[in-house]
Amino acid sequence: MEEILEILSKDARTTPAEIAKMVGKSESAVKTAIRKFEKNGTIVRYKTVIDSTKVKEAKNKVRALIEVSVSPQKNVGFDNVAERIYSFPEVTSCYLLSGAYDLLVIVEGEDLQTVSNFVAAKLSSMEAVRSTTTHFLLKKYKEDGYILEKKSKVKRLNISY
Amino acid sequence: MDYQISKVVKGLAPSGIRAFFDLVLGMKDVISLGVGEPDFMTPWHVREEAIHSLEKGYTSYTSNKGMPELRKTITQFLHKRYGLNYNFDDEVLITVGVSEGLDLVMRALINPGDKVLIHQPCYVSYAPTVQLAGGTPVLIDTNASTDFKLTPQALEKACVKGCKILMLNYPCNPTGASYSKKELNALAQVIKKKDLIVVSDEVYDELTYDFDHTPLATLPGMRDRVVYMNGFSKAYAMTGFRIAWASGPAEIIAAMTKIHQYTMLCASITGQIAAIEALKHGQKPVQDMKREYNRRRRFVVEGLNELGLTCHMPQGAFYVFPSIQKTGMSSMDFAQNLLHEQKVALVPGIAFGTNAEGFVRISYASSYENLKEALERIAKFVKRDEA
Repeated sequence: MEEILEILSKDARTTPAEIAKMVGKSESAVKTAIRKFEKNGTIVRYKTVIDSTKVKEAKNKVRALIEVSVSPQKNVGFDNVAERIYSFPEVTSCYLLSGAYDLLVIVEGEDLQTVSNFVAAKLSSMEAVRSTTTHFLLKKYKEDGYILEKKSKVKRLNISY
Repeated sequence: MDYQISKVVKGLAPSGIRAFFDLVLGMKDVISLGVGEPDFMTPWHVREEAIHSLEKGYTSYTSNKGMPELRKTITQFLHKRYGLNYNFDDEVLITVGVSEGLDLVMRALINPGDKVLIHQPCYVSYAPTVQLAGGTPVLIDTNASTDFKLTPQALEKACVKGCKILMLNYPCNPTGASYSKKELNALAQVIKKKDLIVVSDEVYDELTYDFDHTPLATLPGMRDRVVYMNGFSKAYAMTGFRIAWASGPAEIIAAMTKIHQYTMLCASITGQIAAIEALKHGQKPVQDMKREYNRRRRFVVEGLNELGLTCHMPQGAFYVFPSIQKTGMSSMDFAQNLLHEQKVALVPGIAFGTNAEGFVRISYASSYENLKEALERIAKFVKRDEA
């Protein structure tokens, strides 16, 4: 049934009937499996990948990758401070890393000022946060496995043996 | 001026289908299910290796037989994958696609008048290759009742005096038919009994879905009478690189190499370097592509059967071969009308053999969006015709 997840992760719009054909199971078996995945949190949610640079009216949001060094706390290690950080809606992703710093926090905001303010006012001021280094994102080439720059398509011949 | 074109060439079956192909090639916005190559791009690590080799200046000829490193990589791979053992030095020849290998093996083996058994429907070049080498094709019809498999009975019956070679292809283009080890064993009995040499085109081996592919050469008594042909086009999505190989008894490979050195010299070095990379590090992409093909296969077979275009579940390659007999149209009319009315291209069965009338070849080497849309259009076409 993991194949169902693979199919949905490529295109969440694939219907249970279509999936059933692809994996050679009945439609009801596929529906049951999907419901189970949704219930137990294997499937977190369905979303649409949008290249925001193509959206005309939308003001492009600013994204920053922030390296955060923190002092771990007794018993809970990094988890508590991580929770305090990722609970801000501005934070789109938060990872604990090995290496020169501890948390990689990705923050999205309306403009440079908003993100800077967030770092200064909310993040750096936390007691457990020792230091931050902010990198503003300049250009997206590839995201979540998808190349965002459309290159001219290579065409096969329409017919061949 | 009368050019007095070779009688052999003139005698080759005219490709009546050429005009249809030209029509398709000239048309825009067609959804094509007529393509005989993967829709995946060559994996990036392979392309990157080829680019790197060009940057470093690898642009020369290679040895006639092909780069030793490629031949060694192939023999190691065959050993590991199938327990099939060949000496890289004198039992492997790198060719420009399996197509060149076929031409070489036929020219190396055929004496005037020798007969070559070919199961049909089959890939379009088999019979002409035999004829160009001065041999006579003996066609064995396979049919839908046995899922287009060659049966031992049919082989034995067709094997008349003078038959020297069996041209075998599995998984089969255009039918997708393949053979389990048991089925191959049964064929091997007849092959031994009739003392046949087998040219085994197994270029679709990695795209076998319902069981593990068994190379004929691995069966008892077969290695010395089989020329095993495989290539990089289908499994690694490398059609344009034109790299394949033939492996078999040293005497046959030496004879093929003799022709190859005078006619082709060697395969492109860029392609050979890319092929080494594909074999060494390309197994994950192959498995990913195979899983994807397998889903499409089920999807298309189910979809076609729902429309009443009955087809068996093909066991390999990326083709399905449905019957269109219920429409009452010839395969050529079906293909042409479908193209004009719904802009969907496929290949009429008649291209693959006289007994393939009433069938069409559909390639599922195409995205889901395309397959879904194409099935909807075929449904409209078939239903409109019924109304």
